[in-house]
Amino acid sequence: MNAVITVIGVDKVGILARISTACAQAHVNIEEVTQTILRGMFAMIMLVTLPEDLTIESLSVKLNEAGEALGVNVSVTRQEIYDVTHKV
Amino acid sequence: MKRFTNLSADDILETLQMIHNENLDVRTVTMGISLLDCADPDPKRACDKLYEKIVRHAENLVPVCERISMEYGIPIVNKRVAVTPIAMLLGCAPDADPVAYAKALDRAADTVGINFIGGYSALVHKGFSAGDVRLIQSIPQALSETEKVCSSVNIGTTKSGINMDAVAMMGDIILDTAKRTAERNCIGAAKLVVFCNAPEDNPFMAGAFHGVGEPDVVINIGVSGPGAVRSALQNDAKGLDLSGVAEVVKRTAFKITRMGQLVGEVAGKALGVPFGIVDLSLAPTPAIGDSIADVLEAMGLETVGAYGTTAALALLNDAVKKGGVMASGSVGGLSGAFIPVSEDAGMIKAAEKGVLKLEKLEAMTSVCSVGLDMIIVPGDTPAEVLCAMIADEAAIGMVNTKTTAVRVIPAIGKKAGDHLSFGGLLGEGPVMHINTVSPYEFIHRGGRIPAPIHALKN
Repeated sequence: MNAVITVIGVDKVGILARISTACAQAHVNIEEVTQTILRGMFAMIMLVTLPEDLTIESLSVKLNEAGEALGVNVSVTRQEIYDVTHKV
Repeated sequence: MKRFTNLSADDILETLQMIHNENLDVRTVTMGISLLDCADPDPKRACDKLYEKIVRHAENLVPVCERISMEYGIPIVNKRVAVTPIAMLLGCAPDADPVAYAKALDRAADTVGINFIGGYSALVHKGFSAGDVRLIQSIPQALSETEKVCSSVNIGTTKSGINMDAVAMMGDIILDTAKRTAERNCIGAAKLVVFCNAPEDNPFMAGAFHGVGEPDVVINIGVSGPGAVRSALQNDAKGLDLSGVAEVVKRTAFKITRMGQLVGEVAGKALGVPFGIVDLSLAPTPAIGDSIADVLEAMGLETVGAYGTTAALALLNDAVKKGGVMASGSVGGLSGAFIPVSEDAGMIKAAEKGVLKLEKLEAMTSVCSVGLDMIIVPGDTPAEVLCAMIADEAAIGMVNTKTTAVRVIPAIGKKAGDHLSFGGLLGEGPVMHINTVSPYEFIHRGGRIPAPIHALKN
């Protein structure tokens, strides 16, 4: 299953490292990463592939723990929601 | 911006912005369930059968919607069920107490954890069949003795005209419903809709019921998104002329509808039920920023209710449909912009200021769905005045071949300028001033207003 992880918050050392470590521990493969600044806030977007036995919900719990430690907002959603809103 | 597979980071952040900051959500996933096979001359057996059928089909509705909501990151605000008009089940049970059916519906709604169940309804646009009159007369008691049951009566269609005998009944029914729920802010009347041209696949309450031409069970979707449209207008429509404004609305409506379509397809598959339609209606909530009035004001009106409001609403309603039909293979329901006064913070403000009056609201209903909706009127309004309001709205719907409806709440013990609050999605609002010049004789003539000539298309 493809999913999109978004991380939004104040830029600081270790965001990419910590989130990607959490992904690796959950056997989540990171396909692409992009970073940008959204209205002065740091925004990182990752396209990932989940192993078959991992649900969005359990990945979300793990990443939210990492997000809380970093003081950033993390969300995980299936990729289709972005596909349908931006492709005709 | 770097391309991100087929998505750009901007695309992803825009979608997140719409959901998290602009109140974009799927307003309702409504499961339509036919109860035609639950009709039984023994009312107890009929109630047992309908309870069992609703629970059997809808028991996973709430958990499935919660899982979809979590996985796709899009809130699904309401999970609901719409059933076959209950009057059709009463026909074969002449001695049944209709209220027992309402209570069975309420119990089923409680069991499956939904917040409303619609279909305590009768379709009487050309006349009354067995069960219809009993159902209509039981509405006040049924709505006062249940929590989640919603009721509707279709009193006219373009094809058949307006059943003025039914219209003449509805004023008293609305008043009695409000009186019986007076200690609960007259909330019963907020769960009762009188329709002309009622759609059979409407997912929105209080008017949802499951039409007889529908499949046995079906999933219909109602989307939301006034906040997203307003934000798009504020950010992308600066300096544009009105053709440009319409384009911005279309593009936003497309995105909103695509989310609804996705949720409908996924929910249908997960529940093993065919996906029916997406209703394109922009549905406001009392939340600040989730308002149709705000959208109209973002087009350049000082306050909704000003001259120009009807034109702006016509533009909005049309652009929403054009964007929406491109996004979904199956559009239905009401599909227009809703203007429920008490459920829209901008409308409430304009009504409180006295800028938005009933006459302007009536004009607005000629270019959008659904009608005079969630309007609070003085508690001493004569029944015939309510009937005449219904007749006027039905005439607009009948002649324009569109759905119109009346959902007014007589605020028992209150007068124009007072305030009534329902809480939750039903909102709050001022008691509006209405014209009480008597239509008594017109209403009590009864009979039928014939169908307009353009109904004869064959």
